[in-house]
Amino acid sequence: MAAITLSGVVKSYGRVTAVHGIDLEIAHNEFVVLVGPSGCGKSTTLRMIAGLEEISGGEIRIGGRLVNDLPPRKRNISMVFQNYALYPHMTVRENLGFGLKIAGQPPAVVAERVAEAAAILGLAELLDRVPGELSGGQRQRVAMGRAIVRHPDAFLFDEPLSNLDAKLRGQMRAEIKKLHQKVETTVVYVTHDQVEAMTLADRIVVMRDGRIEQTGTPIEVFSHPVNTFVAGFIGSPPMNMLPARVSGGALRLADGTGIALPERLAGRAPEGAEVILGIRPDDLSPVGHGLIEAGQGAEVEMTVEIAEPLGMESLILSRLGGQEVQAKLYGPRFVAPGERLTFRIALDRAHLFDAATGRALEAG
Amino acid sequence: MSARRLKAAGLWVATFLLMLVMCLPGLWVVLSAFRPNREILAKPPIWVPQRLTLDNFGKIFGFGAEQVAIPVGSYFLNSLVIAMTSTVIALAVGIAGGYAFARFRFRGKNAVFLGLMLFRAVPGIALSLPIFMLWSWIGLINTRPGLIIVYVSLNVPFTVWLIDGFFRQIPASLSEAALVDGCTRWQAFWRIEFPLARSGIAAAGVFAFLTSWNEFALASQLTRSTASKTLPVGLMDFTAQFTIDWAGMCAMAVIIIVPALILTFLVQRHLISGLTFGGVKG
Repeated sequence: MAAITLSGVVKSYGRVTAVHGIDLEIAHNEFVVLVGPSGCGKSTTLRMIAGLEEISGGEIRIGGRLVNDLPPRKRNISMVFQNYALYPHMTVRENLGFGLKIAGQPPAVVAERVAEAAAILGLAELLDRVPGELSGGQRQRVAMGRAIVRHPDAFLFDEPLSNLDAKLRGQMRAEIKKLHQKVETTVVYVTHDQVEAMTLADRIVVMRDGRIEQTGTPIEVFSHPVNTFVAGFIGSPPMNMLPARVSGGALRLADGTGIALPERLAGRAPEGAEVILGIRPDDLSPVGHGLIEAGQGAEVEMTVEIAEPLGMESLILSRLGGQEVQAKLYGPRFVAPGERLTFRIALDRAHLFDAATGRALEAG
Repeated sequence: MSARRLKAAGLWVATFLLMLVMCLPGLWVVLSAFRPNREILAKPPIWVPQRLTLDNFGKIFGFGAEQVAIPVGSYFLNSLVIAMTSTVIALAVGIAGGYAFARFRFRGKNAVFLGLMLFRAVPGIALSLPIFMLWSWIGLINTRPGLIIVYVSLNVPFTVWLIDGFFRQIPASLSEAALVDGCTRWQAFWRIEFPLARSGIAAAGVFAFLTSWNEFALASQLTRSTASKTLPVGLMDFTAQFTIDWAGMCAMAVIIIVPALILTFLVQRHLISGLTFGGVKG
């Protein structure tokens, strides 16, 4: 049970710097997800916390203790690997008990803790099998069991669900969440999947090119992205980004379409400013088929190019300001390509970014 | 008979002929080891043995009425000590080297590896004269250590190469998991990576042992007496100026073949069974 603190952590390989001085405070019992595209340094950061990579600069503390130069075994952490990394020549029982055995625990204690972990994860039936005889989901559970038997200070997960199919991934996501509720421990979880990040995290850390772009709760990161990168990365389908110019108290899109500048955002962009208007597909819906109350927001006419019915909702691909946009239609309604519909934009939830820097335009 | 069955029959005949060519000399040696010399030399040849006897073995080991003055016991002991020792050393170096090549990045790694492989490409016999001269200067001619050093250097490139391949197949995440689980680097190696590479190490061991056990050309140059002569070299003792004791020679050949066969048989379980790499996503 411990907090983890990273201050100015740097990782370089020769001349290439993979992580540029990261600062991050992870509270005791917090579930933090590091998310970002591949190569953003999230796995490297996790491996530095685990002690599997040496750090080139800065400090890492676990439970207040400086661990920069401690080998992994002295950090009292557990790790679940992307490929599970179960020992193929040992049974599930031996895999679970390995860490305790190495630590010199008496066999009775090992057996008790293994039974406890097996009960939590529903592995009791599988204890005498070897990893080769298990399915993907079962292996994943064994890997988690191996992590919990040692009662570590923190769990580290390195893209643990990326090898599973979509259905199993959903199930295991729920199991990880349950596990965190049952076993109170600090969790650092790495993924490139923003859905995993949103559903699991107490706090999300969005990374790009070895730097932290934004840290916050899932709702904060979703509702108040600090720049176009975070805005485009978090949320599915991704936010529509429309270049515009502020002119006469309105936003002029590239093709001349005018959208009234919402009051909430009016003070943030001076006349003549080049901006990017960010609208989530959920905030762009045909009139009468969205989450926007009548009379609210702006209305635009668009022609449906492609409709993807998903049952209770449909994704609509259309064009606004000369650019492809995605919109969402709620309710089971058939939409034909070529149909011309009036869409309403929930401007009170729209985002404005500086076109040059990509940064969100803040009030005042 | 359909064309397919005809083809199958043809393949069987071809297989039989091929096996005949491969196995007949061996069969002849084994059969001759249990036949009296005059039956071996009979003209016209006697294909099916008339009488099987253990006399040939008794003779070379010094039992029974007739005896041959060849110290088979010493040769056997020399062969065993030299082959075993050189195998153990070649394996130890092979495991350490193979692991280093598979897991670590270091300066000049590729050049060293290439160098090892090139060294293996040089036929051992081409080095026999330089080795002979070197060994005679430093007094290693006709000693067991002299031959052990030669066999280790013959075998190390091969064991390093083979074991490197096996360590490469083991995902690095397994030893990392062990490190996080509380192992030291050494424990992670012994408890996780070594057992998983066992089949490769066994294979390398068998090959190294057989190379040393069967080697004749260099041993015939570097050994002189019972102090170091190995079994293959000892075979030459059966050729006298005017006669060759075929029966004794065959009996001794069987003594050379049998331990090699037993060893291969014992280890083949490891060679074939391998390990199912189910611990990581396959």
